[in-house]
Amino acid sequence: MPAVRHISAKSGDVILLVGTMKGAFVLCSNRARKKWDVGGPYSIGSPVYAMAFDQRQGRRRLWWAQQSFRWGTVLCSSDDYGKTITEPETYSVKFPPESQLALKNIWQICLGRDDDADTMYCGVEPAALFESHDAGKTWSPVEGLLNHPHRPKWVPGGGGMCLHTILPDPANSKRMMIAISTAGAYRTDDGGATWQARNEGVRAEFLPEKYPEFGQCVHKIVCHPSRPERLFLQNHWGLYRSDDAGNSWKDIANGVPSDFGFCMAAHPHDPDTVYIVPIESDEYRCTPEGKLRVYRTRNAGASWEPMTRGLPQKDALETILRDSMATDTCDPAGIYFGTRSGKVYGSSDDGKSWRAIIEGLPPVVCVRAALVGNSGKNPPRRHGDTEKNKSGSKRFKAKKSSSRRPATGKARAGNARAAKR
Amino acid sequence: MPVTLRIPSYLAVFAGGKSSFLLEGLPATVSAALESLWKDQPGLRDRILDEQGQVRPHINIFVGEDAIRFADGLATKVPADAEILIVPAVSGG
Repeated sequence: MPAVRHISAKSGDVILLVGTMKGAFVLCSNRARKKWDVGGPYSIGSPVYAMAFDQRQGRRRLWWAQQSFRWGTVLCSSDDYGKTITEPETYSVKFPPESQLALKNIWQICLGRDDDADTMYCGVEPAALFESHDAGKTWSPVEGLLNHPHRPKWVPGGGGMCLHTILPDPANSKRMMIAISTAGAYRTDDGGATWQARNEGVRAEFLPEKYPEFGQCVHKIVCHPSRPERLFLQNHWGLYRSDDAGNSWKDIANGVPSDFGFCMAAHPHDPDTVYIVPIESDEYRCTPEGKLRVYRTRNAGASWEPMTRGLPQKDALETILRDSMATDTCDPAGIYFGTRSGKVYGSSDDGKSWRAIIEGLPPVVCVRAALVGNSGKNPPRRHGDTEKNKSGSKRFKAKKSSSRRPATGKARAGNARAAKR
Repeated sequence: MPVTLRIPSYLAVFAGGKSSFLLEGLPATVSAALESLWKDQPGLRDRILDEQGQVRPHINIFVGEDAIRFADGLATKVPADAEILIVPAVSGG
């Protein structure tokens, strides 16, 4: 077993969460983001597809999903950057018996809105959305999606039938967009009670009907919190933008070498700036021409420019998966991505130049970045046209479910293993 | 003779460090034996069974030398002096 190291982050540092097929790593740098200390691996040997860092209400809590093909999937957390780890004795994310479903993996851990600091969401496989309103102690499935009438017709993509994207609308507490492979994008406007397919204009290249109501293989959707009605979508073939919260989508693959790809990240301060890494075809699934190029748009997809300085432009047959790209909230922004070949690249200047931060990791499946001490408050709004809904302080309250267990402290403290590593 | 149940060392941390248990009573089936185990060691349940009560696919349970997947699954009968062995399957990558 490899030796486990720990980082020590202070306010103002940047941390990078890297989930791999053999465990989780936590990297730390000062604001210069040139030198990185490496902590981990945690959950050694386990695929870690989802990570998050909760700084709301003064927390410094790392979350990650530890998947084991033997022992199942469990949410782990740490309040001291991995020195002590809480792995619940009883798994907290579980399907109810009547669903006849069993959890395979957790693909996404998403924090709730800034003004709802105890709310979290998980996107899982088989495709479902779970929510917690006690800061991750207890979880329940969102039944409006669990019992969706389309569910019997959803089919797994290459990675499994996963709910991989969760976008709570910061301006409308009742609205959320999620995405499922292979089902497409769905949105609720009533706090999770009902969900409508939102795939108009998104191509399903692999189906007889190219523009069905649902069934698209959406790989990732991003938006900027200051303009939540504008969404960007990387599809299994296709690059799209919506200006109406997903009601319709327009093709924006203008000048990219391939409109196939997995990852996508929004700039933290500019709602018109988005980053992708095009991949050559769903057969080949590597960077085109052996060149590792991040493409950036600064005009909401009207055009894209390759960002290559510091990235290998020869014999770089790389694959970057859907959750392996992230941005921090510094200015200039840090942009990061990890590869299936175990490399993590970073830029500390909005993507103008890049450097390898670490190499030799197991295949990277998740990258997240955070500025320590930034509570997660959204940047000031630049657009005044967002829809606001201030009614209702609580949303996505689950209907009563037999799977919900009492929110006792025992679930976390008494029944937990706190292993010093 | 009581029934003995053994678990892999990985799971011992969820069972107070123990990896071998003498089960009270005489559980008639593997299912009954596991139910008896969960009463004292609830942290083992989710790691051995999924939420639908099925043995996780990459875990093997033996009664003596017989794998229950080739017998009657969790309904496999347990003789009075049997040893039940829970082991991770040889799989992975």
